[in-house]
Amino acid sequence: MNIRSQVSMVFHLDKCIGCHTCSVACKNVWTDRKGAEYMWWNNVETKPGTGYPTKWEDQEKYKGGWESNGNGKLKIKSTGKMKIIPNIFHNPHMPSIDDYYEPWTYDYQNLFNAPEGTDQPTAVPVSMIDGEKIDVQAGPNWDDDLGGSPIYAEHDPNLQGLSEQQRLQLSSVERLVFFYLPRICNHCLNACCVASCPSGALYKRGEDGIVLIDQKKCRAWRSCVSACPYKKTYFNWFTGKSEKCILCFPRLETGQAPACFHSCVGRIRYLGVLLYDADRIEEVAKLPDDELVEGQRSLVLDPHDPAVIAQAKRNGIADGVIEAAQRSPVYKFVMKWKIALPPHIEFRTLPMLFYVPPMSPVQASKPEDTIQHVSDNLFHDIDDSRVPMKFLANLFGAGHEGGVRYALRKQKAVRWHRRAETVGDVDRETADRMLREADTTREEADAIYELTSLCTFEDRFVIPPMHREQAIEMMKEPHEHREETGFGFVGGPQRGL
Amino acid sequence: MSQNFLDQFLFVALPYVCLFTFFLMTIYRYRMQSFSYSSLSSQFLENKHHFWAVVPFHYGILVVTAGHLVAFAIPRSILAWNSHPLRLYVLEVSALIFGLMTLIGLVGVIVRRLTHSKIRTVTSPTDWVLFAMLLVQAASGIAIALFYPWGSSWFASNLSPYLWSIFKLSPDVTYVAAMPHLVKLHIVLAFVTIGFFPFTRLVHLLVIPNPYLWRKPQVVRWYGTRSKI
Ligand code: SF4
Ligand code: SF4
Repeated sequence: MNIRSQVSMVFHLDKCIGCHTCSVACKNVWTDRKGAEYMWWNNVETKPGTGYPTKWEDQEKYKGGWESNGNGKLKIKSTGKMKIIPNIFHNPHMPSIDDYYEPWTYDYQNLFNAPEGTDQPTAVPVSMIDGEKIDVQAGPNWDDDLGGSPIYAEHDPNLQGLSEQQRLQLSSVERLVFFYLPRICNHCLNACCVASCPSGALYKRGEDGIVLIDQKKCRAWRSCVSACPYKKTYFNWFTGKSEKCILCFPRLETGQAPACFHSCVGRIRYLGVLLYDADRIEEVAKLPDDELVEGQRSLVLDPHDPAVIAQAKRNGIADGVIEAAQRSPVYKFVMKWKIALPPHIEFRTLPMLFYVPPMSPVQASKPEDTIQHVSDNLFHDIDDSRVPMKFLANLFGAGHEGGVRYALRKQKAVRWHRRAETVGDVDRETADRMLREADTTREEADAIYELTSLCTFEDRFVIPPMHREQAIEMMKEPHEHREETGFGFVGGPQRGL
Repeated sequence: MSQNFLDQFLFVALPYVCLFTFFLMTIYRYRMQSFSYSSLSSQFLENKHHFWAVVPFHYGILVVTAGHLVAFAIPRSILAWNSHPLRLYVLEVSALIFGLMTLIGLVGVIVRRLTHSKIRTVTSPTDWVLFAMLLVQAASGIAIALFYPWGSSWFASNLSPYLWSIFKLSPDVTYVAAMPHLVKLHIVLAFVTIGFFPFTRLVHLLVIPNPYLWRKPQVVRWYGTRSKI
């Protein structure tokens, strides 16, 4: 067993209000630069919708992620190993700027400088790439809140496998429903971006699992952009380097939550350490689709188990990190309560960002609405909910409904348990029966309620000590280091000629 | 006398200056500005014409350059191969085909960069100079192949010794002095390109990703060596 620690995340979709504060926080801190205008390391999508870049989930189009071909081999779908040789000059599956959007600004000067005339001068949109006037056809969150549904929502790749009736229902005016999907890089265990980089510029940090791109080693071969199935590596068209979410590691190293986590208005974001067995990554990534979610969970180790603790210490994991793992909110959501699920696990990158699937309103047309005390099935509205179970399962269960249903039933049981406790319009007996049927207890339900609703900053973000003092450059005599390698960048990172 | 002086300048002094610049500046740039080592791909901004320009250009120029290097490195084997006329034809025709591919691809690259305004913004003055040089080089190469045939043989027998003499630090220009002007132009421009190389996007050639095929898929970096922690 080779134990490593990973800073992991949970996004509680039931709480996301789609305010985009997270995206703006990230943009202001990291991507407000030339060449990065179009990048949203954090973006929030409306589901159903085609997302950003358009239809990123459609791997027929983008060939992102891994494929496991019957004979037990894991292959990069786009340009792995040998395929890179003929494809290095032109990457056949790479998205272009048109799949994202062309960034633009407005020609404000025209408001002041326009020659006198009979009409009001306007500030026309101009491209931020070439400065030419553009006819804006796409932008960040172009389909926010179901805008342009017939063009966007209807082409959501997750609608696959839904009946015609379910699709119609999703777009009929009175039953329209949507939820938000905030996305950042998942800092995957079996990262396809890392595996695909011909230069070996991408790497996972051993101590915290953050996936980074070495800007000095990136040579713009663009393989990672095609390989990441979540399209979370971006090509900077100006510097000629790929870039991605860095999980605000400079903030984490000083004990602060990443900017998007810190600013999240709905407080939907949780961050904490998971200990996992790095020896089994490949074995798990090869499992059949329906075993992937459980397989990934089996990688995560119990930080309270003395055997695990002993081995973790042998593998060089600091005591403070183990302690953080024991208090990790992510461990609770993913392992204890099992109500957080990885997105699109069928891409086989083993993402370490998990989502609590959202509850949705029940069908308005049902005569008996919220709960039928008389019915035997107290969870009827979960299968009848306006967001078809199959849709959520395509997102969070590789098409298999079991895990999603389990998570939703538990969430509902927690709600009715709390209702019985505080409002009292649900009788205790029904609430208890629901808890039982949802595989939970009063204690667990209270714990879920507390971490969901009453959580403080410290509850949500259990940031491990990052031990930067152990970094190689700090262990060296500074003078020696300077003599050997100089001061690093001379004159700052500049686009090459 | 002046002809001799010119030959000395073009085929002795210039090559040394260019080769020296090449080695010094590529290493300097790699050490001090490794961030600037990038292929600066523009595929992201324009994905359709890219394929038809960049792919033929790269395959063409790689094969042609490799051919020159082989003829330089093992001239005798080339001559032996060419001793049979059929094999000589095959070699000459395929060299010409790849030369044409280079030229067509290069024209495609230039047209693409001229016509797409987004690509124009990521094309530096250096790029234009480089493209002009490569264009003349590719065109002169093809012209040589057409007007002075059997280049693979005379390159191996006459130019290879000259190039070796440069590398052995005892330059001997008798071989090149007798060459036609077109060939001389091609040689001079080749050295100028080598000298210009470190100041252009060509440096991406030096960082072609070789360890990729052997390395493990996942790359992990630790703060220090793990045992020290
Ligand atoms: S989400 Fe994409 S970019 Fe992030 S680690 Fe996974 S494969 Fe790499
Ligand atoms: S800030 Fe939080 S609540 Fe707002 S969109 Fe982002 S994830 Fe959702």
